[in-house]
Amino acid sequence: MSSANKNGGWSRPHTISVLVENKPGVLTRVAGLFARRGYNIDSLAVAATDDPGLSRMTVVVQTKDELVLSQICAQVEKLVDVHSINDHTEEAIVARELALVKVRCDDASLAAILQIVTVFRARTVDIAEGEVVIEVTGARDKIDAMLRLLERHGIVEMARTGEVILSRGVQPKT
Amino acid sequence: MNGAEAILRCLQAEGVEVVFGYPGGAVIPLYDALHKVDLRHVLVRQEQGAAFMAAGYARTTGRVGVAIGTSGPGATNLVTGIADCYMDSVPTVFITGQVARPLIGRDSFQEVDVTGITLPIVKHSYLVQDPEELPQIIREAFHLARSGRPGPVLIDVPKDVQLVECLASIDVPTSELRGTPTVNASFDEQIAAAAALIDASTRPTLYVGGGSLDAAPELLEFAEKTDIPVTWTLMGKGAFPEDHELSVGMLGMHGAAYANYAITRCDTMIVLGARFDDRVTGKLSTFNPEAKVVHVDIDAAELGKNRFPDAPVNATVAEALRALTPACASGDRAAWKQQVAEWKQRHPLVAHVARPNGEIRPQHLLEKLTAATGGRAIVSTDVGQHQMWAAQFYQPKEPRLFLTSGGLGTMGAGLPLALGAWFARPDREVWLVTGDGSLQMNIQELAVAVIAKAPIKILLINNGYLGMVRQWQELFHERNYSETWLHDKPTPDGTPADVLSPDFCALMEAYGGKARRVWSDQQVNDAIDWARTVQDGPVLLEFIVNEEENVWPMVPAGGDTGEPILEPEGVE
Ligand SMILES: Cc1ncc(C[n+]2csc(CCOP(=O)(O)OP(=O)(O)O)c2C)c(N)n1
Repeated sequence: MSSANKNGGWSRPHTISVLVENKPGVLTRVAGLFARRGYNIDSLAVAATDDPGLSRMTVVVQTKDELVLSQICAQVEKLVDVHSINDHTEEAIVARELALVKVRCDDASLAAILQIVTVFRARTVDIAEGEVVIEVTGARDKIDAMLRLLERHGIVEMARTGEVILSRGVQPKT
Repeated sequence: MNGAEAILRCLQAEGVEVVFGYPGGAVIPLYDALHKVDLRHVLVRQEQGAAFMAAGYARTTGRVGVAIGTSGPGATNLVTGIADCYMDSVPTVFITGQVARPLIGRDSFQEVDVTGITLPIVKHSYLVQDPEELPQIIREAFHLARSGRPGPVLIDVPKDVQLVECLASIDVPTSELRGTPTVNASFDEQIAAAAALIDASTRPTLYVGGGSLDAAPELLEFAEKTDIPVTWTLMGKGAFPEDHELSVGMLGMHGAAYANYAITRCDTMIVLGARFDDRVTGKLSTFNPEAKVVHVDIDAAELGKNRFPDAPVNATVAEALRALTPACASGDRAAWKQQVAEWKQRHPLVAHVARPNGEIRPQHLLEKLTAATGGRAIVSTDVGQHQMWAAQFYQPKEPRLFLTSGGLGTMGAGLPLALGAWFARPDREVWLVTGDGSLQMNIQELAVAVIAKAPIKILLINNGYLGMVRQWQELFHERNYSETWLHDKPTPDGTPADVLSPDFCALMEAYGGKARRVWSDQQVNDAIDWARTVQDGPVLLEFIVNEEENVWPMVPAGGDTGEPILEPEGVE
């Protein structure tokens, strides 16, 4: 999953979850510590947990330098509103993302598009004159693969939620 | 009781005796309630003064300092002081007024998002939304400011929150507070690993930082048992007695050459409550990369931030040393100490007494200050060459007597730091060592000194320049003294300036203090002795020194700490 970034180094996506207090300003505090080191957040999902006082942030960032990232995480962990932070990159996790994609279609392409929807176990949620809206859930690479296929038909608009994750019940032995 | 009074009663409950502040529209309710509580308020002349006085109070006592400012410009004037406390881990609580809740977010008069502005420079901050939260927030703020690695906490209180009733009890149980450092489950193993490294070393050096200021007895015991030479950072000054046989000197850019040799040629560095700041390490990759590192810090994020430790210990310095001392074998490191002593002899720090023409040498002033006060005075500094001379030659007898803006390097910090320290410990003699540039950055606070009859003593080293910048220009920019000459001429050509502004002595007298200008080395002792007799208010000694005096030795920024530039010979 590594890719070359513009600085010529190899970067690797890290999926980090942060358990935070459900309070105003928490997101800014956490995001600020990434921004300070010039890190761009690839995706970010924040929502309540089973405990109404707590929210879980799931952050995906690329890094070339594992030490810088672990330093950012150490600084995040110091924030008073942060309960815990975990980098799940080396762990067994269940990861899901949802995307809504609006694709251009005509009579000739509709069948092909619907076939892609079936193969990826996605759903069509709206069809209008010349456009179809598709909902897809899955791991990021699955969504990426589907988007590549849909691109040739013309993607009009798209919205993705960003990844949310949980650790698997049983972890691989290290 | 309204919110304002609740705030003040909560401060009292925290044991606060004095607060530093400046009123304005958004804190009028707070000032209105002031007479109802037994709390001393010091009216500063600019909010930055309040921030640094709170910091001076905190730096010299270790207790939480408190400053108050109004919304908008009052809050932004505090910002430099907040950043300074963050960099130097000074326990402080800042209370700012905010526009009333219905006005927030509408660019109302004197509205500024101060919690937003200060986000990266506070340990934590609060925008109080509900008056009932006040007691909990204030208690937590004080707890956060002083626990773990200390630092600044900001509480932004909308004006209407100060005005409405607060029914909540100000008795908040400490069990409900966040931010209590978690217990380090690996402490015993970490100590064992650290002790093993220390016992195995033949050339160990201690590197003592500001995190050691509350561990002086433990440090002394540890160093003596293990027989390890002690070096320190600017912030660690005072944690170890400088006249001790194991004492080496200050590290870093203007540290003693022999201290820098001792840290860059040791086989194991034992770093206590310090953070491998670039002003100490120079270029990190040449900072003794072979040495094993034992690093003690209460802030886990410091362990491995700049230098990877072979033996990290996540604890306060006092806790760590209480466990390390019994865990380490008694040492005899005579050969290594001998080596350090040789360096010391070969490249001593020289406190020049005078130039042949009788011109005063600043180094001598600081040495004289140590002799006169026995190192028992509180000495605050501003930032520049005078700060480094003070760090090199003033020898405090105890921790928390040397107060200086280290991490942020804020010119103008000195006068309010001195005042804050005096309000905390009025029984102590307090000196400010400053320069003609720095003193003008918060000179308005002289009024506070005069009105409070604070007998602080100002030792002004006047070289006519922004000396430290001029020194860099001399050494690294072909003597292009661009905008560093403070007098009337763009560059000095050897003749004295016709216009000297300000006349510092006249200015001090105008404020209501006493002052003396000193030109000649022969008058130095007299002047210092005279200043020490003045007890009814501030006194200024203005020492005129050579314009191109330099601080030696020097490790250029990003240079090799192991190879400092030594004082050129024959420059007299
Ligand atoms: C607020 C602030 N502005 C600028 C600087 C940059 N600076 C560092 S030292 C210095 C010169 C200080 O001059 P002075 O107070 O006269 O002391 P000297 O170096 O001459 O002893 C300057 C401008 C600073 N540290 N702080």
